[in-house]
Order: sequence, then structure tokens, then C-alpha cells
Amino acid sequence: MSAGHEILFPRLPYDMAPRVGRARGDISLQQFVHQATRSKDAGRRGAMQEAFGERADDLRRLAGEIKQHTLDHLDHYLGLWIERARAAGTTVHVAETAEEANEICLAIAKRAGCTTCVKSKSMVTEETGLLAKLAAAGIPTLETDLGEFIVQLDGDAPSHIVTPMIHKDRRSVARAFVRELSAAYTEDPRALTMIAREHMRTSFHRADLGVTGANFLLAESGGLVLCTNEGNADLTVACPRVHVAMVGIEKVIPSVRELPLFLKLLARSATAQPITVYTTVLTGGRREGEDGPEESHVILVDAGRTKLLREEARELLRCIRCGACLNACPVYRKAGGGHAYGAVYSGPIGAVLTPELRGLMNYPDLPHASSLCGACFEACPVAIDIPHHLLRLRSALVASGAPTLRERAVMRLWGWALRSPARYRVMARVAAWVLRRLADARDENGGLWFREAPGPAGGWTRDRDLPAPAERSFRELWAQEESR
Amino acid sequence: MSVKIALFITCLADVFSPRSGIAMTRVLRRLGHQVDFPTDQTCCGQPLLNNGFAKDAARAARAMCGVMEGYDAVVTASASCASMIREHYPRLAAEHPDILTEVAARRLVSHTFEFCEFMLGRGGVPAGCRWDGVAAVHRSCHGRALGLTDEAERVLGRVEGLRLVGLANSEQCCGFGGTFSVKYPDLSAPMASDKVSALRASGARWLVTGDTGCAMNIQGACRRAGLVIGVRSVPEIIAEGLGLLPREGGA
Repeated sequence: MSAGHEILFPRLPYDMAPRVGRARGDISLQQFVHQATRSKDAGRRGAMQEAFGERADDLRRLAGEIKQHTLDHLDHYLGLWIERARAAGTTVHVAETAEEANEICLAIAKRAGCTTCVKSKSMVTEETGLLAKLAAAGIPTLETDLGEFIVQLDGDAPSHIVTPMIHKDRRSVARAFVRELSAAYTEDPRALTMIAREHMRTSFHRADLGVTGANFLLAESGGLVLCTNEGNADLTVACPRVHVAMVGIEKVIPSVRELPLFLKLLARSATAQPITVYTTVLTGGRREGEDGPEESHVILVDAGRTKLLREEARELLRCIRCGACLNACPVYRKAGGGHAYGAVYSGPIGAVLTPELRGLMNYPDLPHASSLCGACFEACPVAIDIPHHLLRLRSALVASGAPTLRERAVMRLWGWALRSPARYRVMARVAAWVLRRLADARDENGGLWFREAPGPAGGWTRDRDLPAPAERSFRELWAQEESR
Repeated sequence: MSVKIALFITCLADVFSPRSGIAMTRVLRRLGHQVDFPTDQTCCGQPLLNNGFAKDAARAARAMCGVMEGYDAVVTASASCASMIREHYPRLAAEHPDILTEVAARRLVSHTFEFCEFMLGRGGVPAGCRWDGVAAVHRSCHGRALGLTDEAERVLGRVEGLRLVGLANSEQCCGFGGTFSVKYPDLSAPMASDKVSALRASGARWLVTGDTGCAMNIQGACRRAGLVIGVRSVPEIIAEGLGLLPREGGA
């Protein structure tokens, strides 16, 4: 198992703080992630504005409603897709768990006598840990998405849904190519791409198993849609004898008629492009007299998704994995990218999906590691109200007894105090009096400050001063103001 | 037309920026409105909701709805607490109908306003308001949640002598987020530090925000970084500009 595995599958329950702390101290990591997310976020906004102007919000909501409708009737649309895909010659498998999905893929590979695998980008296979399973069965896999390829060379883990190597720069790529591919050292992006391309071409021709994910399933036709910028998914499908697509069950949309809307939103939200460079619709297996793989398999993966179909959580399954919320999120930015989330899905969507998929009590930090600023909701092309789900999960944490006794006591006391004006007045007054006495600094206008605050506020004053309450509260000032 | 206004002074503003509430009172009175501070108000319940105590938040919401009954408008300088009412009270009512009725929530939602929003709907700043200085407006995240964009800038556009400068990356959260700022200082402080850099680059000597939480966070980060910045809310600038409050302190 590679070192990267521990990054996405840490010991549970997961404690976020150590990785956040390390990321904060890593200046170059901060710079890479900062620059990349900022420019991608600005690019997305520009591209959306340019294409859709005032209508952008309506389109996000429409796309969200289409996905929601499909999820509301998932049994119908998924059933229809399976029927039509089978009729078109695809072998369809259904896996309830991640392990089952891997076993099905392994069985296909073994039966067909596959020995080497090429793979294009797929978040589901990260979820199931497919590559490790294939490797253990003696089938090595080459990642053919350039970012994933570099991450693989380094024994690292992807730290972004769309830009897996957002945490690296080209110098580290150059070093990896020298070390692992015996290439000459170069930092020129074009030259680096050509080195990777040469290396991959040979593997494409040698491989007998091609693994992809899918961006969408089209229920009406049984089609499967692949979007890439590098064309690697097309080669992964076309070259090897056997094609296996691992696809989450939430990827289905009603038909090809809805597809253009999603393609427009996906490309702009993910990379600020009008459309991805390669967009392929695969319907069924190889036809008589045509090229293509001898076997076409699709493994539909549940792996916890049907649990999310309950009404309160269903909207999370709308996610089309564009990564826009990651780029927009200041917390993702300051956390140094995805590794701080300790899971396959990171950023705002990861902070809600991961606890849902892998257990809330295993990831109690994630719903709280947000200032609830709403940038994610604003960016989401399918209008998932992520802040609402963060709050929902925080409530669920309280209901399952997660907060410490102290926190519980403070919140209960606060709730008790503010239900009675008299109690509240007394408490606020006492608190202000105490805090003003504890304050350890004074400004030029006579205002009191903390440079080192006691108790839980100590974290604040490590990097910031904290103002102390004013001499008299508004409540106290009001009496004389009222009669002025 | 005179409006009967209830001031909604948030729990943080009550204790940390009482002057802003006084400014709001005087400006709204100058405009001819009848201004009252229902003294039984406490806190909107946002800290409870944000920490997962939704039921307690619903109870706080019920109390707020009762206290604020009988007014034409509820006005607050805090976009964050206004968004708590407008965005979350209806939701709390839907989730806890036994505690908070939808009718009560909707009634409060329909006439709760952030200060600038209210001003723009009522003719804006009266003539003769002068306030000399270079200031940058902090657009708070919850203002965006209310659908606010450049309301503060538009209100302040009528103030003579005031030069407004833009802030780089103004859409990024300052990192306050209530208890987030204390629970995750390693995430929150670097966000505040970005605001310090933006302010430094902007040349502003004053930061304008009505959200006391953002103000505490940004000013606290500026002080630690050695950047001298004064903080004012929009009502404070107008009140000082009209001579309703002495112009004192600051940068």
C-alpha cells in the first residue's frame, strides 16, 4: 500500500488539527494552493458571467432541479439506464459496497486474462481503493491523467477533485520525472508533458485493461459520458481489450437533452473552459466491424450512496465533482488543499460528503471547520446548499453527544440566559465586567484589549488581538439616549 | 413617512460596539422615524444554531419574534444577524413547528432590514453629511446571503469628503465565523491576515463594517500586525458626518 493511502484513509476518528497546523507552516504549499485556487475561482466567475450573465443563477438552479428530480426517481432512471445499456451491449454490474466493486473488477480482469491496466481519472476508484487491489492481484496500473500520474509517481495522494496535484509545483514534477522515469531535468511544462506522453503511449498500447469513471449516465439511451482535457479517457477506452467503467449511482441524468446544460456548467465551474477538450458519449459495446474494446463493463457503485437518498441529505448526491466549491473556499485554501480533510472528497463538499459516507463520528471536525461564509453555495453549479448541510451535521453531532461537556454547558447556559431578558442582562454585565478586568492592553483611545486571552479564546490571541467589551453596553447607554 | 422602528442591537454589538447602536438611533431619528429599543431583546440565536443547538436556537428565535412584534421595521447594522432571521428563522420554524410558528417567523422576516438596505429604501443619507477620510468597505459574507452587494458603498456615496477605496479579494471571508475563530485558529487567523494585507495595499485608514464579529477579527489582526486602522459602521460615519456624534478616536 502506498504512502498516499494513509493520507486519504487515516486512522479514525480523524483529527484535522495536526495536518492543518503542518500545512500552515509550509510556505510553498500555501503559495501553490493559494495561487491555484484564486485563479481558478476568478476564472470560473469570469467564464460563468461571460456566458450566462444574469442568468447564471437560474441555470445553476435548473441544473440542481434536474439532478434532484433524477434522484427523486432514481430507481426509475437507474433501472431505465441499466435496461438500455444492456440492450446496447454493455455488461452492467451492480456493487453495493466498495469491496464488492473491486471484486467485480478483479473478476472481470482475471476472467479476461488481463495483466496490465491503464486508468483515467475517477474519484470512485479512489473511494474503493481499486488500484491497490489490482496491484495485489499482480495487475499494475498506470494513471493516465497527467496530475494523477505525477501523484502516482510520488506515491502521493490527490488533493483536489479536479486538480489532483494542486499541492505541487513543476519543480517537484521535474524531480519525480528524473527519479522515476530517468528523464533529463527540465521545468518546462511542455517538455514535462511530452515526457509523460511518451511514457504513457507505450503503456496504452501494452495494457489489456482500461479503467475509467464517468461524468454522466444518460438514462434514455444507456449512454455513458466521459469528459477530459487530455483525451486520456478515450485512449483508456479504445486501446485495451477490456473496458471497465466504475460509476457512482448518482451520475445518472434523464437523457442527452439535459446533457448540454451540464457540460456547459461542468467545464466552466471546473476549469473556466466553455467545454472540456474531449467529451465522449459511449453507448454500448463495440459494433460489428468497428474498433474498440472486446468487452465493455460498467460497475454501478453504491458504497453508501443510497443512505444519502434520505430526504434531508439527498441534495448532496447532485454533486457533479467539478471542484468549484474547493476553489472558492478560504478554508480549503488555508488548509493547504485536500489532504487536511483526511478523505477522498475534500473541501466544502467533502466536509459534508465524507461524514455522510464514512461516518459522522469518524470525522467530527469536518462540519465545524468552516466559517459558514457561503462561498461554496454561491459557486456550486447544481446549487447544493452546503452551509445548510454543515449546520445539519453539527446538529447531528450534538444529538449524538459529540461536544465536550464544557461546550455543552456553555451553549446550554447561553440558551438559558437569552430566553430571559433579566438573566441575559445580568450575565452580559457580569461577563463584560470580568473581561474588562482581565484585559491586558489598552489602545490610544482608551479601549481595552487582550494580547493573551485566557481559556478557549487563547487560540484567537496567538495571532490576533482581541477587543475587550466597551465600558458601557448599548443597553446601559440606551436609558439616557431614549430620553434625549 | 415616519416609520416605527425597533432597533435590533445584536449581542456582540451590545457589548463590543455600543456606539454603532447610538449612531443608528440618532441617524434614524434625524430622518424623522420613531426609534425604539425593545429592551427585552437578547440574542438572535445564531451562536446556538452554528454550534448545532438548533432547538435552543428555535427557542431564542421565538423570543425574538415576540419582542419585535408591533413595529413597522426591525433594523440592525449586522448583516449576519439579519441573515439569521431572514434565512434561518423560517427554516427553524419548519424544523421545530412546536417551538416556533411559521407565521411568527415569516412576519419578522418580512420587515427585518440591514441598516444600509433600509436607508436606501428610505431616501438615503440627508444632505450636508461630511466625513473626511479614506475608507474601505468590508462586504460581509452574510450580507451576500441577504442578497446585498454595494448597498454600503451606495449609502456612503452621498457622504462628502469620504473617499472609498476597493479591497482586493473582497469576496473572501475574514475568517471570523463565530466559534470557528476560536476552534480553528490555524484556519481563521490566516484568513484574517489576508484582510490585513488587502487593507494595507488599499491605502485605507478606515474599515467600514456593521458586523461586530468581522470588525473584532479584522481590527484585532491589524493591531497585531502593526497596521493602524480605525473601524466604523455606516451609521457611525453618517452620525459623525451630521454632527450627531463627536468624531473621535481611530486612525
